[in-house]
Amino acid sequence: MTTKTAVPSKVRQSSSWPIYLTIGVVSTLWAIPAVGLLINSFREPRSIRAAGWWTVLGNLFDSTAWTLGNYTRVLDEGFGNAFANTVAVSVPSVVIPITIAAFAAYAFAWMDFPGRSLLFALVVGLMVVPLQMALIPILRIYTTIGVTGTYPAVWLAHAGFGLPLAVYLLRNYMGSLPSSIIESASIDGADHFAIFWRLIVPLSVPVLASFAIFQFLWVWNDYLVALVFLGIEPDSRVLTVELADLAGRGEGALNLMPAAAFVTMILPLTVFFGLQRFFVRGMTAGSVKG
Amino acid sequence: MTTPPIFKDEDEGIDVAPLAEPQSGGPLTWLLRIASAFVLPIVVAVFFFAFDFLKRDDVSKSVQVVLAVVIGIGGVWAMYWGMDRMINLLPDRLGASVRPFAFVGPAMVILSFYLIYPAINTTILSFKDGRSQNWIGFDNYGRIFTESQYLISIRNSLIWVIVVPGLAVVIGLGFATMADKISARAESVSKSVIFLPMAISFVGASVVWTFVYAFRPEGFGDQIGILNAIGGVAGVDPINWLAQKPWNNLMLMVILVWLQTGFSMVILSSAIKGVPDVLLEAARIDGATEWQAFWKVVFPSILSTIVVVWTTVLITVWKVFDIVWVMTGGRDGTQVVAQQMVQEFFTNRNNGVGAALAVLLFVAVLPILVINIRRFRAEEAVR
Repeated sequence: MTTKTAVPSKVRQSSSWPIYLTIGVVSTLWAIPAVGLLINSFREPRSIRAAGWWTVLGNLFDSTAWTLGNYTRVLDEGFGNAFANTVAVSVPSVVIPITIAAFAAYAFAWMDFPGRSLLFALVVGLMVVPLQMALIPILRIYTTIGVTGTYPAVWLAHAGFGLPLAVYLLRNYMGSLPSSIIESASIDGADHFAIFWRLIVPLSVPVLASFAIFQFLWVWNDYLVALVFLGIEPDSRVLTVELADLAGRGEGALNLMPAAAFVTMILPLTVFFGLQRFFVRGMTAGSVKG
Repeated sequence: MTTPPIFKDEDEGIDVAPLAEPQSGGPLTWLLRIASAFVLPIVVAVFFFAFDFLKRDDVSKSVQVVLAVVIGIGGVWAMYWGMDRMINLLPDRLGASVRPFAFVGPAMVILSFYLIYPAINTTILSFKDGRSQNWIGFDNYGRIFTESQYLISIRNSLIWVIVVPGLAVVIGLGFATMADKISARAESVSKSVIFLPMAISFVGASVVWTFVYAFRPEGFGDQIGILNAIGGVAGVDPINWLAQKPWNNLMLMVILVWLQTGFSMVILSSAIKGVPDVLLEAARIDGATEWQAFWKVVFPSILSTIVVVWTTVLITVWKVFDIVWVMTGGRDGTQVVAQQMVQEFFTNRNNGVGAALAVLLFVAVLPILVINIRRFRAEEAVR
């Protein structure tokens, strides 16, 4: 914060300790589950099973209690592979719908064609269809043509489920750009493709970023779509499927679960902290995803 | 491409307006329009899947990933570009009337395949038997509204949508209101803590809470779950939190509250900050306490935001699947509709009941979603 307003916007009472106390207690309650897991992920496997994570708080500086072994082990045992799969699923599952939506949004905003408003209304209407409605029919088709378990099967599914919101958001944003810049570009001899690519896309970066982050977190954290369309074959599993499988092994996998969970969280948390600004905007938009 | 359909010299005339007036529909125009909509997605799909089948075991995983990403993204971009070049070969006016369909078409084709067709098909399947062969009328719906396991899942889902959005909104609102009154630094740190779980997957959150609810029967070692450890200190026997009917449902709901409160808190916080200071000052000058100022001034001004947040969380909760699936698998009376639905078609291979449950998921929140979308459109129009 570089600028300070001369007049404070709100009165800060000195007797605000009950508020601080409440905020402190609630924040602590919220943090405890995750902090406990983080501590456990660095403990010796045997002690994870033997005693609760809070027992190390007494001797934090006892270096024999700590290890990175859990992380190296989970990465070797499937999570390294699953991480790669998740990247391979997520990146195209974000870029493909954005690309398709951007072209469609441009046409809805700036091109004239029969059925334009009808088709756009249809796209908006499709926001109400939950992806659960799509699971059975799409899986039946995928199984018939034998593409279950392939990356493109999941890319296109995520593209389909993400498109209504993406088209809608991008269309609104692109439509609000001043028509004068498009007119002057077309007088200068630019065709629609050039106007779209050189002018509209660069100007739409904020909304593209918002949607990209929303969609990325959605796809990265998705379990259902990956479970149904990509399946539980060890080679093609994504992180959430791998982690759910580990959790399903129960007591026997207890020592690996904390490190594994953090492997699945590291990238979304980074994105979240790095790009909070866009994230909040995208999240608000997500309020209408069916 | 041996013969371009209607050849036209590039330098023929000066009337080559780049954004030529489209010509409206002869049969050829419509044929090209439809073709342009379908060519791209079909080519993309064939291309993708061909690539995927070529995947070899002897190529290292990282090379595969990079290839997948490059081909997936580059493929789509190249296809649009190629389509555009092909349309450029058409006469200007014809090209101008086909081009919009090359832009919009792929989106419409994908939507038709992944949402429109499935929505219709799922509805049809819900009137057929488990293997989707014979028509059985409303039998599947009859089952889900009479058989106890489905009734339990519907009952549980209803409890979820009452409890979770309520708690998430109340805690989020209380926290946002209080955080607004403390120092800016403390505010941002404490809000980050509440907000952080938003970035975590439901599966990840389930693992986090596994260690909160962990249970060891007496005599089988120390309790490693913090709840039972605290109970132990207080002299309570260890409890298997996830098996205690009906309270295990509440334990699962807490996980979702933990995840969703951050969302409601952030949105409500920005709404609270949007309440004009003048109004609050006026209320204070008139002698209102902070409590009265909140209920008489702040609350009415943010009521519409509260409704939006409430309904948004409600829709998420209604479709909750992962948490139940991972934590209990729906055992011990914890099943919910979305989890039951996957169970039916994926595990029990009963398409009919699964489809009926999917239709229930869809129809039950339809009015709320329509209202939400209407309001969202209104807000976007103002923006």
